[in-house]
Amino acid sequence: MADDALVQPDPWQMLRRHTRARIALGRVGSSLPTREVLDFGVSHALARDAVHLPLDTEALQQTIERLGFDVTQVASRAADRHTYLLRPDLGRRVAPEDVAHLQAGARTPAPDLLLVVGDGLSSLAVARQAPLLLAELKARWPQGWRSGPVVIARQARVALADEVGEALGARMVAMLIGERPGLTSPDSLGVYLTWAPRVGCNDAQRNCISNIRPEGLSHAAAAHKLLWLAREARRLQLTGVALKDESDVPEIGDAGVRQLGHERGAP
Amino acid sequence: MLARGVARGNFLAYQTSVGGFNFRFDSLRALMACATPARSGDHLAGLAAATDGERMAARVCLAEVPLKTFLEDLLVPYETDEVTRLIIDSHDARAFAPVSHLTVGDFRDWLLSDAADSATLAGIAPGITPEMAAAVSKLMRNQDLILVARKCRVVTAFRNTVGLPGHLSVRLQPNHPTDDARGIAASMLDGLLYGAGDAVIGVNPATDSVPALMTLYDLLNEVIQQYGIPTLSCVLTHVTNQIQAMEKGAPVDLVFQSIAGTQKANESFGINLGILDEARDAALSLKRGTVGQNVMYFETGQGSALSANANHGVDQQTCEARAYAVARRYQPLLTNTVVGFIGPEYLFDGKQIVRAGLEDHFCGKLMGVPLGCDVCYTNHAEADQNDMDTLLTLLGTAGITFIMGIPGADDIMLNYQTTSFHDALYLRKLLGLRPAPEFEAWLKRMNIMDSDGQVQPVGSQHAMLQNLPRHLLAS
Repeated sequence: MADDALVQPDPWQMLRRHTRARIALGRVGSSLPTREVLDFGVSHALARDAVHLPLDTEALQQTIERLGFDVTQVASRAADRHTYLLRPDLGRRVAPEDVAHLQAGARTPAPDLLLVVGDGLSSLAVARQAPLLLAELKARWPQGWRSGPVVIARQARVALADEVGEALGARMVAMLIGERPGLTSPDSLGVYLTWAPRVGCNDAQRNCISNIRPEGLSHAAAAHKLLWLAREARRLQLTGVALKDESDVPEIGDAGVRQLGHERGAP
Repeated sequence: MLARGVARGNFLAYQTSVGGFNFRFDSLRALMACATPARSGDHLAGLAAATDGERMAARVCLAEVPLKTFLEDLLVPYETDEVTRLIIDSHDARAFAPVSHLTVGDFRDWLLSDAADSATLAGIAPGITPEMAAAVSKLMRNQDLILVARKCRVVTAFRNTVGLPGHLSVRLQPNHPTDDARGIAASMLDGLLYGAGDAVIGVNPATDSVPALMTLYDLLNEVIQQYGIPTLSCVLTHVTNQIQAMEKGAPVDLVFQSIAGTQKANESFGINLGILDEARDAALSLKRGTVGQNVMYFETGQGSALSANANHGVDQQTCEARAYAVARRYQPLLTNTVVGFIGPEYLFDGKQIVRAGLEDHFCGKLMGVPLGCDVCYTNHAEADQNDMDTLLTLLGTAGITFIMGIPGADDIMLNYQTTSFHDALYLRKLLGLRPAPEFEAWLKRMNIMDSDGQVQPVGSQHAMLQNLPRHLLAS
């Protein structure tokens, strides 16, 4: 369909096998060829849809229940997506009626590791990756650890899990959340582990596992890392800067655990 | 509708009426915030004007404020903030003298007058505090910000000369999500063959382990050496890592750090002025520059102070301008406002991003800082490529020092969209802008650019493709 004679190709196509960066695109004059403008447009549309499409929480609940977990749902104080994007403070807090609901359902003894699944900035990431990660966690679950219900949270930021964990008296909480979508990774899941969760915890008190998706960190590897960190957190009674990931010998830029920086936006 | 100042202790409260409504602003800080064009971050902070009428009333009052007031009524306390102390203690009264009698409104008129030519503007720069620059920008339309910025000249140098009139430099940003040497080298080659990389070849690493960073320094340095490129490298890791790398003998050209406009925000970045002094001294001692010794590279962005809960009730644009006072102390080669990276809770959409980019460039240049712009957005902001084209084109006309260049505008490491190598070629072609002279000579020598300054088709027999970096030869 395309008249390739109009496009000046870049004769370094062979370098494309080294990176997913958009290299060797060719040009018309000095501008992008039509096919590349369209390809970029498709990627951007998918990334935006990942942000704006609501998470199908009923379908997700059924999927997670089929894995053998109890499930409960909460909403944040951000009433809609627009508010969520403009008011991160509201996305970090559980809606008051849901806090009461959680507290009423709290059981003793309390969970050792509570799992929260939040839509964050990519509902696509949660729908695709969260059930697969939960299945891997289930298969490796430490003997004798209580999990409590999996809590699905709508319009949620990372810190919302602190309030959920506090309401249920959890010793630690892992927030599985859709990461800020990139053009080449609209469906990437992140996990944030926090010891002794309570409202007001800050990011320096968490450990993060990022880039969980088939093309990045596998679900099995992510589950292994999370449980390694959780065992260490239990031993040291803390998470965050003082808990270093040694779950494997880290290679350069291993898509693994990193302390949270200020320059990379967490959901 | 004349604004009136009402005595309140040592300082004034400000009040005026607009359209029959009375408005009162209890502090200069509040006046500045309410006068700022609307943006989500000031709403998030609870500082923004509640109505358009209140915003215009604030501007009417602000226009009457003498510039001198900003040397006395300090928005962030002198006693507790080292950035304020830097601003006040380093203020150049002699440079300030030609405009010291003006109000903010008069200052806008003066800047736009033909009397304010490039030499005059360069002369007053050391006398302009960030608060003065921010204040006048709040009264300026986009075209004013463009026209005045274009008159400001800030020229810096390391291995080539950046910021000459009629020139546009590009930072080549060859990021890779796992710092893979082949991936980084492939993106470097892609950019160089598109004529990008004169500002710096600067990689944002995924790792922060110093041994792994040493490998990255060697990679960038080797490619630059192999092709004899009159440019420099930078690894954008924390400044303390760079100091360690220099101690271990890494070939560090340019030292990078993210900075903000208050001491507390800088502390949240793990830095203070002393650490930056130490880093600059270390870089200068390496004597790696050939045509100049500007050895620092800073990144900034509106919203960083608020996100660190360190804005002291000051609007985000004024906080941003204060970061340029930090930059100015270190005579940087480059300073980059990463305008749309932070997200929609600070700059919601294309309109807010465009305005912020023009404000930042203007304030930086007026203060004598070599401002470039990462013209960018994230996928949760209400912005797209068309907004970036708009800002890119406007900044090109305003004389922006440098922009980013990345393959296909898609940063696969940081997950945001910035400007591409193609975008840089577009701007150079549209406005007749050229790369840094030393780099342009190299591009011509390498048959990447023709004698008219246009990039030419590169064939498979091109010398750089026949002589690939060794990292790309290993399978």
